[in-house]
Amino acid sequence: MKQRAQIRMLADGRRLHLHDGPIDLIVEAFGAPCAIEAAYHAAGARFVTVLDELCGELWYLRRRCSPENEWPQGAVARRMVAAVMPYAPQYFITPMAAVAGAVAEEILAAMVAVVELSSAYVNDGGDIALHLSPGEKFVVGLVAGMEPRLERPSLLGTITVHESDPVRGIATSGWRGRSFSLGIADAVTVLADRAAAADAAATIIANQVDLPGHPAIVRVPACELAPDSDLGDRLVTQAVGELISPEVQHALEVGSRTADLLLRMGLIRSAALSLQGETRVVGDIGESRIVTPQGERGYVHA
Amino acid sequence: MADDAIRCDACPVLCYIKPGRTGSCDRYGNHEGKLVRLDPHVVLHRAVERGEAVKLFLERGRDWDGTLIGQSGVSHGETFVTAIGAGTTYPDYKPAPFIISSQVDGVDMVTVVTEGIFSYCGVKVKIDTDRHLGAECSTVRAQGEAVGHVTTSEYGSQMLSLGGVRHLTGGSRHEGTATCETLLNLCNGKAVELKIDDGAKVVVQAGNPPIVDGAQEERMRVGCGSATIGMFAKQWFGKVDEVVVVDDHITGVLSEHQAGKLLGVPETGIKLKGRRSTPGRYFQVAEPGTAWGGTEIDDPLTILGKFNAKKAWPGLRLLMVSTTGEHHGYFELDEDLKPREKELPGDLRESVARIKENCEPALCTVLFMAGAGGSLRAGVTENPVKLTHSVSDALTRVTCGGAPVYVWPGGGITFMADVTRMPQNAFGYVPTPALVAPIEFTLRLADYAALGGYVEHVRPLSSITAEDEGRQRVAARAENPWPLASGMKPATTVNSKKR
Repeated sequence: MKQRAQIRMLADGRRLHLHDGPIDLIVEAFGAPCAIEAAYHAAGARFVTVLDELCGELWYLRRRCSPENEWPQGAVARRMVAAVMPYAPQYFITPMAAVAGAVAEEILAAMVAVVELSSAYVNDGGDIALHLSPGEKFVVGLVAGMEPRLERPSLLGTITVHESDPVRGIATSGWRGRSFSLGIADAVTVLADRAAAADAAATIIANQVDLPGHPAIVRVPACELAPDSDLGDRLVTQAVGELISPEVQHALEVGSRTADLLLRMGLIRSAALSLQGETRVVGDIGESRIVTPQGERGYVHA
Repeated sequence: MADDAIRCDACPVLCYIKPGRTGSCDRYGNHEGKLVRLDPHVVLHRAVERGEAVKLFLERGRDWDGTLIGQSGVSHGETFVTAIGAGTTYPDYKPAPFIISSQVDGVDMVTVVTEGIFSYCGVKVKIDTDRHLGAECSTVRAQGEAVGHVTTSEYGSQMLSLGGVRHLTGGSRHEGTATCETLLNLCNGKAVELKIDDGAKVVVQAGNPPIVDGAQEERMRVGCGSATIGMFAKQWFGKVDEVVVVDDHITGVLSEHQAGKLLGVPETGIKLKGRRSTPGRYFQVAEPGTAWGGTEIDDPLTILGKFNAKKAWPGLRLLMVSTTGEHHGYFELDEDLKPREKELPGDLRESVARIKENCEPALCTVLFMAGAGGSLRAGVTENPVKLTHSVSDALTRVTCGGAPVYVWPGGGITFMADVTRMPQNAFGYVPTPALVAPIEFTLRLADYAALGGYVEHVRPLSSITAEDEGRQRVAARAENPWPLASGMKPATTVNSKKR
């Protein structure tokens, strides 16, 4: 069969673009030119089978995660289950909540396994896996994006992740995002030790930022929008009308409490929750926290 | 499942998509019950690769309105307007629908885009298979109508020539319609079932393996039977006494073949049916067909005569294998020197696997071939022959939906293009019947004026990329040369040429 996946360098000649079905990755490695080339080859070679592996177990990955379930076969699928398992006893969550982060992790791992890189990232639609060697850092831009029509995104702030920080994964979730959300957060960005863990945590926290029963929130059963959604007939947010400040504060407070719990459980390192222009930050580790916009190089949009 | 949802088969996720929504990729959608990647007019856009790829997650929440994919700033030379959906000039004396100028490396370039209505057109199909599809010149049918014929066999492939003006307009109405539909589907990358008179039924789809009489072809043969003996003789030596590589063209026999002789393989008293060409190489061991090695046989022993009792011995080990390794059988001679089938020993299994491994994936390839008539050329310039000259002088670049073409030497503008290198659904049809295919001519503005072009109709690129509705940007295919890339001969060549 013809290869379905697209593997190409972007026009800047530095970044690698991997695309297959719904998976769209931007990859960049830093290091010796031959190391970068070897890393990109490894990324491409690993990438071509990822979608087929996931689709082979899709029925499983769309089911609610439970400790009683058997583990899936695929490496990416196992990363997904590992990331959502801590939430299984208390929350409704399916392994699909961590798919983007798990794919990013897997591709990054394939690169780092073959060659030494000074740093690298794999950005899967905003869910990012990072690799840093001693002394290296990444500056990541955070986008609040209340106005999706803006040509240029408004930067909410930046996060500098140093090698000495434990953070290697960044993920964002919210009702305006590509996946459905049960909550009303515009964006919840999470820093965690791994991308899949950040992905799962962002989903959980974004679901908790909510005002149940509020008339300005339009909710639709997920299956009415996408018949095969892993969320089944759960109500997902489709629109959020203007809220008054106390409502915003309350919703953010509920979400922050969850984020704080996850922080104390060691599941995340930091989280930024935004709703209608208000932002709360939970936790901070070293310099890996939100700071005001500045013109530093090396932005990765989250 | 909800009855108004449709299943997208663009990737293995197989999303069910409700009307007005997109699948999990945000690329394919359900528009009034049809799976679409919408938009009539395709604009190849190099910036899309960057802009789309780093699309911010927050932008994805917008409801899909069934039209454009997102756009970012357009820089000149990054956008190429294809002729797909441009409309046509037929009947031909008006200027082409779009004559667009863009700047490339500081040189003003003009691209004339039109959708040509091609009565003189067809496809050349290469089908990677050793199975016999039909005799040369046999009629190829679709929906029972003659749409083309079998042409030459090439190495490991069978060639078909489909379409052409005779089938499109020279036969019955239904023949023309069936031909047009067959060409349209093949060019748009869809699967088409073809039946060859006194031959096979084959499902052809550009870029996919052929399906011959219900069996999907996996691999091309590694070589003819004789070549296979040559390639693998050393690996067989000592593990087996005799090997027959069954092939409709040239069946090879190890002990008689030069390769076997050199290794000192002893005679085995084997007797092959068919016509001996040179030692160890046999023609016509069986009738052509779709079984073992492109022959009709299912039982390989039917091509063997009795073993010569003076040479053969009981326990003689015989491997029979096809040129793709797809069929194989292992035999040992009994006391009466009759071959008895046994399980294939492990070390031979390896060599059979090696044959398979060396066979490339079998594919169907479809080249669209057409000639740009005088009237189409008249849409580009007031003096059509000058366009022909300009193309043969390589001052004007011809592309088909942005894909590169091979222009035949000689008169006219007769070209061939690989349909898999064009954007999706690049082809259409008119009930004439004739195929509608995109064709673009790109040249320097100065050259365009010199050949009598419609300079007053030239529009800047920004006028069509910025304002107009109904255009689709697609990322240019990485394997295609960029249509506006430099590399055309310098303008001075115009003056040095005399016509």
